[in-house]
Amino acid sequence: MLARTVTHALVGLDARRVEVEAHLQRGVPGFSIVGLADRACQEAKERVRSGIASAELEWPMRRITVNLAPAGLRKEGSGFDLPIALSILAASGQIPSDRLAEHAAVGELSLDGRLRPVGGVLALAEAARRAGLPRILCAARSSPEAALAGIEAVPIRHLAEAAAYLRGEGEPEPFVQKNGHGPEPPQLDLADVRGQERARRALEVAAAGGHNLLLAGPPGTGKTMLARRLPGILPPLSTAEALEVTRIHSVAGLLAADRPLITARPLRSPHYSASMAAIVGGGRAGPRPGEVSLAHRGVLVLDEFAEFQRPALEALRQPLEDGVVSIARVEGRAVFPARFQLVAAMNLCPCGARGDPAAECSCSPQRLAAFRDKLSRALLDRFDLVVAMPRPRAAELAAPPGEASAPVRQRVEAARARIESGRPGWSKEATDLLDRAVERLPLSGRGRARARRVAETISALAAESGVGADHLAEALSYRSPTELGLT
Amino acid sequence: MNELALAAFAAERDAHLVKEPRDRAYAAFARRFDAAAYLASLREAGVRWLGRSDPGFPPLLRAIHDPPAGLFVRGDAEIDLLRRATAAIVGARSCSPYGAQVARMLGRELAGAGLVVVSGLARGIDGEAHRGALEGGTTIAVLGCGIDRDYPAANAELAARVRTSGLAVSEYAPGVEPAPWRFPARNRIIAGLAAATVVVEARERSGALITADLALEEGREVFAVPGEITSALSRGTNDLLRLGATPLLSSEDVLELFGLSSAEAENVALSEIASTVLRRLRDGSASADELARATSIDAGALASALTELELAGVAVAAGGVYRAN
Repeated sequence: MLARTVTHALVGLDARRVEVEAHLQRGVPGFSIVGLADRACQEAKERVRSGIASAELEWPMRRITVNLAPAGLRKEGSGFDLPIALSILAASGQIPSDRLAEHAAVGELSLDGRLRPVGGVLALAEAARRAGLPRILCAARSSPEAALAGIEAVPIRHLAEAAAYLRGEGEPEPFVQKNGHGPEPPQLDLADVRGQERARRALEVAAAGGHNLLLAGPPGTGKTMLARRLPGILPPLSTAEALEVTRIHSVAGLLAADRPLITARPLRSPHYSASMAAIVGGGRAGPRPGEVSLAHRGVLVLDEFAEFQRPALEALRQPLEDGVVSIARVEGRAVFPARFQLVAAMNLCPCGARGDPAAECSCSPQRLAAFRDKLSRALLDRFDLVVAMPRPRAAELAAPPGEASAPVRQRVEAARARIESGRPGWSKEATDLLDRAVERLPLSGRGRARARRVAETISALAAESGVGADHLAEALSYRSPTELGLT
Repeated sequence: MNELALAAFAAERDAHLVKEPRDRAYAAFARRFDAAAYLASLREAGVRWLGRSDPGFPPLLRAIHDPPAGLFVRGDAEIDLLRRATAAIVGARSCSPYGAQVARMLGRELAGAGLVVVSGLARGIDGEAHRGALEGGTTIAVLGCGIDRDYPAANAELAARVRTSGLAVSEYAPGVEPAPWRFPARNRIIAGLAAATVVVEARERSGALITADLALEEGREVFAVPGEITSALSRGTNDLLRLGATPLLSSEDVLELFGLSSAEAENVALSEIASTVLRRLRDGSASADELARATSIDAGALASALTELELAGVAVAAGGVYRAN
């Protein structure tokens, strides 16, 4: 007696079709799982056995072999529990095989037979839909997420419920979140930031052009505060973007049950002790998305930028250039999208006193030199905008609150529409100024290209059709090598 | 007296010698010493030798109480450069942005008016003074190590630029390692070459103060740039002022001593906004945000004006704070 259930295994964000076959034979009763299953998968034996018992179904006293095909693909995680249980039930004739064949299944069983949600259900449900399966059986709490894939999600609370449903003894109740959909967490507003007009302006330019921004200054000048307010002035996610972001967060198991679809732009701010694998993603068996992918379509804030390990910083270069990270392992390669906007914040020297008129820098020339070396030219070149934030005097902090996020976002959206409609022309004055600036401020080839792009963004923000000398001059002021005073 | 043999002997013994020792070791060395071969190897390395008794030796340096046996000279400029009117600019290695800016400005303006700017190629004030001088004219770097060494390594590129239009000099033969005790000795050459010495920023007990003391002992003019009384980096210079050094308020103060006047500043046409910002900057340094409030110019237009001022060379930025030049 043989039965089969279709499920999917995740390789990065890709869901690969896996067939869970159960075969019952005469012989000494036993239970084995084959097909390159990892530890969590092997442990499914115990959960499935007691799950079936708890559902008051019969555990077949046969020699049971479960095969996860294709056998060459490494399977990991607990999402195979439900398909294994269903295959065994179908093989022992307790549920009809033909009806089971119309369903994909995923979920972890608890010992009492209840179904627990697992990560990555959106990607798995999408794969099921592409494979032409009309319905997916999944944990009730995962069903809103699975439904996003455009497939009928059958919400299962308990293995007994699944068996009853497959026998045609009734539809499970649809899943309704106890308190409805959770509210969006309130966005941080720019009105909270007082003073810092120059940095605010740079933030607006960064938002309009999707530029990377480096804020540097002594502690307590509002660098982090500003960085965290960038998502609030970016245009909202489109539906397709929201699905992309949700898929990544689902695979990482970071989705809140009460909000199956992520609609706000993500903001990730890893601590500076983060390893390279934490930043770009990795993992020994199944690669997991790292911070750069979790920040996809959103903002990655690196506070204390100069304190990050050098390999972690250098690893940022590929995603910054290509918008993807590809992680190669012996078992295969996973590609995660990583199109994020980078905002970094750092001090102007190791002790942090530089740029603060009230404090005196106590760094030795050697420490300063080491600090400079760490921020390689190549790395600083990745930022389109570099802004020093000196400590504001007390009078500035008493200033009225700054402009709120909403009007800034409107300007940003208008500028983005303008940028998408085509590249602006360059006035002769602007071209001449660029040539002069390349000589006067040493600008690398990449620096020159970035200054051009920022100037085009500024002209779009000004709602003008061409790039003028004043737009370029402003762009250059955010790239001046003397800005950080490190030379 | 064989000055070249003395310099070569000092290098071999890792010692500091300005007159011939009366011992047998030196006598033997001098007998064996092949001056012609040594000079040939120097020439090969692009190094010239200028003995103390050579008529081309700078007379001001010869007049100090312990002049070096001679100078090893490297660079593309004529050796006569050493006899031109010279001012020294010295100061702290870890300087403030203010000090760096003043050193650069003085270097540029003094060199632009025709003086030769001499300094020690160290980090901080020295380096900025050389950089400024290269923008305006010529400069001489005095090394505290063998003439063939680039020390500090961080200034190797600057040293190369100094040598293409000016000179690097040292009393130490090729191969001599830098050592802490050589720097005060180097300072006496800086003070000795210059008719006037300007101290830009110095802590208490700074090496720059040694240079100033040596200059005073030789009866040369010493200028000190006044600094904030709250900054430890200005303690040394402000103490010098109390002791009677001339306060340096502009490069004119030095030029007057030499009977020179400053090079005509080129008139740059500035936009109206940029002129407004520059007027405000002349009242004192300010961050971009302070400027925005003081002039009621919005942040975007202000950033544009600041670039204009920087490109015109009339303002500089460091750590987000702008100053007029």
